[in-house]
Amino acid sequence: MANKDDIKFLSNPKIGQNRKKYCRFRRFGIKHIDYKDADFLLQFINEQGKILPRRITGNSLKYQRKVASAIKRARQLALLPYVADLLK
Amino acid sequence: MRNFEVTFIVDPVLSNDEIKETAQTYVKSITEIGGNIVFINEMGLRQLAYNIAKRSSGIYYCIEFQLEDPSFIAVMELALTRDERVLRYLTIQLDKFGIKYNDDKRKGLIGKRKKPGTDAVPPADGVAPKSENVDSAN
Repeated sequence: MANKDDIKFLSNPKIGQNRKKYCRFRRFGIKHIDYKDADFLLQFINEQGKILPRRITGNSLKYQRKVASAIKRARQLALLPYVADLLK
Repeated sequence: MRNFEVTFIVDPVLSNDEIKETAQTYVKSITEIGGNIVFINEMGLRQLAYNIAKRSSGIYYCIEFQLEDPSFIAVMELALTRDERVLRYLTIQLDKFGIKYNDDKRKGLIGKRKKPGTDAVPPADGVAPKSENVDSAN
């Protein structure tokens, strides 16, 4: 008898399922984004140090603007690089 | 009364006393003008993401203060620009959320509150975002 765990799929059944994106700042009630917290801001930039677009991060417009300005401030203070290779 | 925050990077080549003195001069100038120091955050030695003035590391200081007269900011920034011990500075005005954030951070609340933000990636492809919601509500 095959157990439920024993069933194996040839392809990953989760592929193609679109999970709804959401704005984490709205959901968790984060009102202020600290530019000194470089580790946190690292989630919103890609390997080259570019700011990720809203369509990927799922941020609302209000918080995307705040994220962008926090990243730009962090760059001025050399907490984040302007250009990078293999940042992550 | 407005809250401001100035972050600056001090040259790491200087001796410990000189570094402390540099920070102290700006603290003093703020108090002399009638400003109220809220908090001085010594972030310590950090690697810079890129070289500034041929230095690859720097000592970060962050001073949060209250001022009645914002025209002093221009005076302070001019002094910071002319100061050779300071590699870089950034002054911002804090809004009410920023004031609350810094306040909570000093009390140690942010570590907990920040977690849902930093852990927001696992629930996106993980199992139970519901339990996380309860934490963030507190």
